[in-house]
Amino acid sequence: MSQYVLRRLLIAVPSLLGISLVLFIVLALAPGDPFSELATNPNVPPEVAAALRTKFGLDDPIYLRYLHWITAMLRGDWGFSFVSRMNVDTLILQRLPTTLYVIGSAQLLALAIAIPVGVYAATRPYSIFDQIANTLAFIGFSLPTFFTGLLFILVFSITLDWLPFVYTTDIKATGFRWVIEQVRQAIMPVMVLGLFQAASMTRFVRSAMLDVIRLDYVTTARAKGLGQARVIVKHAMRNAMIPVVTLVALQMPAVFGGAIVTEQIFRIPGIGSLLISSILSNDTPVVMAVTFVFACLVVLFNLIADVLYGWLDPRISLR
Amino acid sequence: MLDNELRTMIDEVKDGRMDRRSFVQRMLAFGLTAPMATQILAVGGVAMAEGPSVYKPTKRGGGGALKLLWWQGPTLLNPHFATGTKDQDGSRLFYEPLACWDPDGNMKLVLAAEIPSLQNGGLAADGMSVTWKLKPGVKWHDGKPFTADDVVFNWEYARDPATAAVTIGIHRDITVEKVDDLTVRIVFKKPTPFWADAFVGAPGSIIPKHLFAEYKGAKSREAPNNLIPVGTGPYKFVEFRPGDVIRGELYSDYHMPNRPHFDAIEMKGGGDAVSAARAVIQTGEYDFGWNIQVEDDVLLRLEKGGKGKTVYAVGGDTEFIALNFTDPNTEVDGERSSIKTKHPLLSDPAVRKALSLLVDRDAIKKVIYGRAGRTTPNFLNGPEQFVSKNTSWEFSIEKAAKLLEDAGWKAGADGIREKDGKKLKLLYQTAINGPRQKTQAIVKQACQKAGIDVELKSVVASVFFSSDVANPDTYAKFYADLEMFQIPMSQPDPAQHMRRYHSRFVATKENKWQGTNFPRWVNKDYDAAIDAAENETDPLKRAALYIKCNDLMFQDTVFIPAMHRLKVEAAANSLRPVVSGWANETDNLFDWYREATG
Repeated sequence: MSQYVLRRLLIAVPSLLGISLVLFIVLALAPGDPFSELATNPNVPPEVAAALRTKFGLDDPIYLRYLHWITAMLRGDWGFSFVSRMNVDTLILQRLPTTLYVIGSAQLLALAIAIPVGVYAATRPYSIFDQIANTLAFIGFSLPTFFTGLLFILVFSITLDWLPFVYTTDIKATGFRWVIEQVRQAIMPVMVLGLFQAASMTRFVRSAMLDVIRLDYVTTARAKGLGQARVIVKHAMRNAMIPVVTLVALQMPAVFGGAIVTEQIFRIPGIGSLLISSILSNDTPVVMAVTFVFACLVVLFNLIADVLYGWLDPRISLR
Repeated sequence: MLDNELRTMIDEVKDGRMDRRSFVQRMLAFGLTAPMATQILAVGGVAMAEGPSVYKPTKRGGGGALKLLWWQGPTLLNPHFATGTKDQDGSRLFYEPLACWDPDGNMKLVLAAEIPSLQNGGLAADGMSVTWKLKPGVKWHDGKPFTADDVVFNWEYARDPATAAVTIGIHRDITVEKVDDLTVRIVFKKPTPFWADAFVGAPGSIIPKHLFAEYKGAKSREAPNNLIPVGTGPYKFVEFRPGDVIRGELYSDYHMPNRPHFDAIEMKGGGDAVSAARAVIQTGEYDFGWNIQVEDDVLLRLEKGGKGKTVYAVGGDTEFIALNFTDPNTEVDGERSSIKTKHPLLSDPAVRKALSLLVDRDAIKKVIYGRAGRTTPNFLNGPEQFVSKNTSWEFSIEKAAKLLEDAGWKAGADGIREKDGKKLKLLYQTAINGPRQKTQAIVKQACQKAGIDVELKSVVASVFFSSDVANPDTYAKFYADLEMFQIPMSQPDPAQHMRRYHSRFVATKENKWQGTNFPRWVNKDYDAAIDAAENETDPLKRAALYIKCNDLMFQDTVFIPAMHRLKVEAAANSLRPVVSGWANETDNLFDWYREATG
């Protein structure tokens, strides 16, 4: 098992290097530059904008810039944002808690809905419950989050006036009221994201479960006289969860990366909105750092998924 | 004629033979507006009167929290690094300049004790220097006194190229001297008619020497106070998350009496303009929304029964269509739109005039801008004394068609006009932005009716406005026949704004397209007028020169002004914001208050 993990780790290093190189080149070749706003500002003479470009190394050849970046990164220096002139890691750490809270809650909500509903639907295929669950799931993942988000705002904020639609990072209340406010402002984004995720996950859990439930060993377990609940939870679910783990593990980076659209709609100051505003202002160091962290997370969670497979089905790690 | 009378009258006011009020009343009789009259007085050498303050509260504090919503959040809080207005707005919450601009374009004192004038000896008669007296007793938020040393330091800080300050352009050509602890003198290299550039308005905000002195030049980025502003403003810094939120609280030692009104301030960023308008006007979650670029019918709908309203401020921002004077489709020495070429179609004045006749500004106002726009024939739309009265515009497809017909452009089999084998086909580009695409459609339709084929192109704003040399789609390269956008006019003086089109600033490959004259228009008369105006200290002659510049642009149809755009803000019904078209939204924040309700 440890050899298996080590092997996977060794593969991860060159892939991360490769990813960083590709990201860097793509960003360097992308149009636009961080000082575009200066171009129409009459206070700033063109020479100043040009001098800034030189100072921040934007006029160096790509390979030099990449070497600078990668050596700094290895030393733990993430660079600094051209736009806010502060360190990129500070910027990201500031946004991370909000993202984890909102997107993490949404993922938990999705799992909490998808697993029981999917499992229950699979045990009674084509029953009324299954039909309704399926229909709702289809509707759920057909509606994009920007649509449901706006719909929620129109209904709950504007018409009913129950919930705020601008997310505030620092709520002034203290104690219990603070908790209430935190929950209140997260309800809409969490619902929008959670329901969307739940919809596709339910379908996934259901079909994985359906595959397993017909296997001979499940029938054997039943034949031994085990109760239905025990058969489903102890025997069938463990195996059915393998593909589900893959799906959830691959979605974990998204929890850290934030949901760009949803964060934008509700003004949630998370990583996603940081990424989008940095892309819009061509703040390359931030974009580079965020996307690279994202890539690292993808690699890391793939690794975790692999390890989990080994635990769920020991045959996998032996091969 | 009027010129002479005006001069006599200004002299009378100077000598005290006529009071300001009767001067303004006489000017009204001439058909001028009151703000314009006071401007003429001011530029005529009569000390500028501060605009009457609209501030009503009689004690400090008690206004509760003020919640501001910016749809682009400020990303840094050092005025010398502010790349856009949003950053200037954020730093301006804490830092202050010597003076700022009120809604009429009058100067208003902030850290200065008096407005420099010829009378009080602040202005040198030769236009070579200006002396500012500082307000005594002003303290930084950490209790240290504000003195002339701070002002001088800001100049040294910004002019150092290693600091990489975006305010370097304001500071590098002047010299700032300390006269005594509360007096500074700015010395110019040549007679400077517009002397209120450095230390005035949001870009002129002053940072404390005692906290930044060690971080001048190459170390500028390391200053801890880049993120923790310690200013002299009405609000003290509490918290900052870039792109998200800034919070401040009332500064109890603030130097203006009874101010500020609000106990706390919060500026939230992010999202988009429509939902910002909604959060202020419809649901009332926020008190003030910045730069609401939303179509007017949407705003009107939100305002029905809402908790807020829209507020407008008139400045000099003009949305224009620029005409390319060079040929974008021929390469000379590896350069398109080279100054060595002539545009094959647009070099015909008849074509340019016809295009101007085909821009239906009434329709553009009605369909798109509504209350946020004014139709205009001029490129230069303010302040009042610089606005030309010699021009006019009209929309007429028939006249345009006749003009083209008479100039020899005959309709071909496909309905498109041609002459000497050249078809009247034009490429019209702009940045991606709802109102701009709608304007394009309106113009294209009219052109089609007159036999001009217009192809539309829209470029992502971050590319269009970038200074990226490698990109062919920037506005400065101008690889199209027509292009539309707006260049914000950031101060109530046209010098900066109009200088851009001097022929020595033509954008070329040689200057990496950093030249500001992107239509590549070359006109000797214009160059001469700009050069003369730069050194003209007689305000009336100077205004006449800029009007002449505008009229030359009009005659040559360099720009077709599509709309004189107003600033649009959203405010809660009870809030009394003071917003100037000549300044940043937060520039007059010390005068904001909330009307008591009930």
